[in-house]
Amino acid sequence: MTPGVVVRGLSGGYAPGRDALRDVWFAAEPGQIVGVLGPNGGGKTTLFRALLGELPIRHGELVLPGRPAYVPQTERARLDFPVSAFDVVLMGAYARTPWFRRVARGDRAAAHAALERVGLAGEARATFGALSGGQRQRVLIARALLQQAQVLLLDEPLSGVDGVSAARIAALFAELRNEGRTLLLATHDVRQASDWDRVLCLHNRQVDFGRPVAVLSPETLRETYGGELIVLEGGGRAVGVGHHAH
Amino acid sequence: MLDWVTDPFASPIVQRALVEVLILSVACGPLGVWVLLYRDAYAAESISHGMLPGLVVAALAGAPLLLGAAAGVLLAAAGIALVARDQRLGADVGVAVCVSGLFGLGGMLALSPDSPPRLQELLFGDLLGVSAGDLAVAAALAGFVVLALAVGHRSLALVGFDRAASPSLGARPLRWELALLAVLALTTVAAVQGLGNLLLVALVLAPAAAALSLARRLAAALALSVALAALAGSAGLMLSFHLHVAAGASVALCAVALALLALLAPARRPRLAA
Repeated sequence: MTPGVVVRGLSGGYAPGRDALRDVWFAAEPGQIVGVLGPNGGGKTTLFRALLGELPIRHGELVLPGRPAYVPQTERARLDFPVSAFDVVLMGAYARTPWFRRVARGDRAAAHAALERVGLAGEARATFGALSGGQRQRVLIARALLQQAQVLLLDEPLSGVDGVSAARIAALFAELRNEGRTLLLATHDVRQASDWDRVLCLHNRQVDFGRPVAVLSPETLRETYGGELIVLEGGGRAVGVGHHAH
Repeated sequence: MLDWVTDPFASPIVQRALVEVLILSVACGPLGVWVLLYRDAYAAESISHGMLPGLVVAALAGAPLLLGAAAGVLLAAAGIALVARDQRLGADVGVAVCVSGLFGLGGMLALSPDSPPRLQELLFGDLLGVSAGDLAVAAALAGFVVLALAVGHRSLALVGFDRAASPSLGARPLRWELALLAVLALTTVAAVQGLGNLLLVALVLAPAAAALSLARRLAAALALSVALAALAGSAGLMLSFHLHVAAGASVALCAVALALLALLAPARRPRLAA
């Protein structure tokens, strides 16, 4: 089976001569959800930038089945921008639409279908900035669906969303996994990551990669988070702290 | 009442001025919407000021003033963009450093004994003095501005809405931020003859501010900004004729008055989520 994402010995960074991320080796198969754990500044977003082709790579190799779709944290989008939820989803088709053509009818239908899939068909005309945080996150995921990418990179998709949206998003992740898409989810939440297929721990380098049961040991998490970690020995659980919005 | 409206436009001079403001409205309105959405209002104000040394040098060298204005504005835009690339400094510092330097240089050159006596007209414009040639130049530049905004519409929207995600959606943020500043510079050059480089900012920013406060969608805001700029231009010329005040300043004041009225109007845009 062709892997969804293969990263071999990746090192790179924006500043000349200084790697923000080094020695990353992992392979995620189609239909796998990979939790990317690490402290703030630990390299989670840098890894995504590398996979998107935006980070100067000094060593290593990436193999991807086409261009990934990126879902940023919702607060990074401009809330005062005069666009509807539907307008935002339609942005997922811009890269394949010549500037002099209207977005294709098929893509417009797909945008409506994507909104329906995330449970927001009734909010298509709502102004993006007037939606709740969880609804905005679902709109951005719908935009990624319209990009028709096999690999989705999601930056803290469940951070700060309401319960209804979190349940919707989790169910959607399961559907996408069943469709054979590969999802990389950056998160601070160790408990969330324990539910996914693989976990990648980063602290400016790869600390560990593998099944959650093997990776999420107190030792690995201490190495990943350094001083930003509380270990709850009784339940064998560890919780990353230092959690904040970027 | 009808005569009060039509009398000012009986004269060929005012007719040419009206055509000039209508041409400029088509470029200035939509451009202003993008400038405000990109939070480049300070840059818009400053780029027009930054053209001063270009104007003076062109006047001293006997070159076309339009050419000097273009060179000055492009120099200011490039300088601002370069300094603003350093994220520790940001766009505001870039504007302050570059424009202060260029304005100082322009002032020094303008104070020389050989400075042109009509420099003041380029600072405050001469809307009633535009020639057929000026109209042709303004039309060509405005046409280019509109075409550039149409070509870049989707990329500008991607970058303006969500800069971090825009590269993954096919837009290059730095390229389009620079392109917007370049288009702003071109519009400044197109409008300098009529409104002057100190007043044209009102026609760029004020109708756009009004349109953004009234419209809920980008396309509607862009269209409304053209209509409001044209309304401000026409009303300004009428007031100028009846009150015997400077045409450029009158247009600028009407544009600002429209923006104030729009801001005072009951909110049309929905309340944003927390």
